[in-house]
Amino acid sequence: MAPLTHPLSIRIDKKIFPAVGGREQHLVLKGIAFDVEPGSFVVITGPSGCGKSTMLNIIAGLDEDYEGAIDFGVDGNPRVAYVFQTPRLLPWRTVYENIALVLPDGDPRVANIPELLQRVGLSSEAAAYPEMISLGMQRRVALARAFVLEPEFLLMDEPFVSLDDPTAQALRELLVTLWSRRPTTVLFVTHDRAESVMLATRILRLSEGSASIAQDVAVPLSVADRSSRAKVLAEQHRIFGDG
Amino acid sequence: MLQAVSAPTQQRFKLGRIGWSLISLLALVALWEIAALIAQSRYLPGPWAVVEVMIREAEAGELWTNIAATLIRVAFSFVIAMFIGSAIGLALGKFKGADLFFDSWLIFFLNLPALVIIVLCYIWFGLTEVAAITAVAINKIPNVAVTMREGARSLSKDLEEMACVYRLGRWKTLRHVTVPQLAPFFAASARSGLALVWKIVLVVEAFGRSNGVGHQLNIAFQLFDVPMILAYALAFVIVVQIIEMAIVQPLSARANIWRR
Repeated sequence: MAPLTHPLSIRIDKKIFPAVGGREQHLVLKGIAFDVEPGSFVVITGPSGCGKSTMLNIIAGLDEDYEGAIDFGVDGNPRVAYVFQTPRLLPWRTVYENIALVLPDGDPRVANIPELLQRVGLSSEAAAYPEMISLGMQRRVALARAFVLEPEFLLMDEPFVSLDDPTAQALRELLVTLWSRRPTTVLFVTHDRAESVMLATRILRLSEGSASIAQDVAVPLSVADRSSRAKVLAEQHRIFGDG
Repeated sequence: MLQAVSAPTQQRFKLGRIGWSLISLLALVALWEIAALIAQSRYLPGPWAVVEVMIREAEAGELWTNIAATLIRVAFSFVIAMFIGSAIGLALGKFKGADLFFDSWLIFFLNLPALVIIVLCYIWFGLTEVAAITAVAINKIPNVAVTMREGARSLSKDLEEMACVYRLGRWKTLRHVTVPQLAPFFAASARSGLALVWKIVLVVEAFGRSNGVGHQLNIAFQLFDVPMILAYALAFVIVVQIIEMAIVQPLSARANIWRR
């Protein structure tokens, strides 16, 4: 893969939700503009309903009804993977098939699936169907499905929500391991402040209401620092003024 | 102690299920025999008389050629109805405007009596094979369309977005994402469809074909030949039951393997 030289550039001038079912039309996002350096881990945080997921969907190309422009800074189609709020696996395909599905037919990366399954601790579940394994396991499958693509851009929308604390923590550590093994540009949406500090190299805070960027800070922690609760808390206090 | 008691009970229950249906079938035959003995009428033959007719017809080859003719008609009209009905249903589920416009047409055809469709088909297209199969298919198409429309409406937006982000492409999305979501609806309309098609094919044959189980039943009716009617009915029920157990049930079991 050729090294990325251009940053990902995101500009959303205006995004409006049209009026539906008694709800008036409202402005979700306005005046959003930022660049993302290749290989950085950007966490987008803010109160719920502030338009974080909408922004991610626009970047993913799922929502084309907005004013602005997304430039991935690469030639041709960027390789994008998206880990959704729910695992969104195909219940009628096995764990292995769900992962293999996102690769083009005959792609050599199929050979990486067993190792990836081992990394996410699902080697013995390869032939299981998603509904037969726990939610935490399904989320790990969704992670593996994203990483098998070796994406240039990884979008994640609260991927560890509704898990118990230890499980979520284990998955965050897994994500850091996978990411440090193969750095890629990550945009990670969450409203969990501790989570954002633990993962991010940079945090973007969106303001309430018609969201624009309220704060843009770097998180200068090393990988080792991130597993220290005290350091994460101190950093969280510095950025958010709480914790 | 509890386990020691519960295990054999369960086993007895399992054995009992096949046993019970056997006993109940035998009871039905016995009841039939008793009724025939009391009635002593040529319009209510006993089970043995019916089986004799069935064997005689089978040996003469009549039974098989008629059942085969019926099965071929069932197969053709079933496949045509499933195909066209699915296409209409999916289109209506996907395009709201079309659904708004054609909904009342669908209701009209759903409520049109089978007999009317059959008679009109024969009048318009003549007493031909094409008319017969068309009549059966038209009867079935609205039911398939309604079920498949429900299926198309319930397609998951979440999975569609997943397929879009991961660039699965048209063919892979269809095969791995869309079709599996529609499969339960397809299976439901296939099963109810088969049951309906069996019955309508017999009526169509009675009206305007010169072979098939329906035609045979019509002749027997004109002669008031009750043993013949019961012999064909029985043979037909057995064949349908075999198809249900040998083809439909294993297929739907396989399609549902991933469910909890």
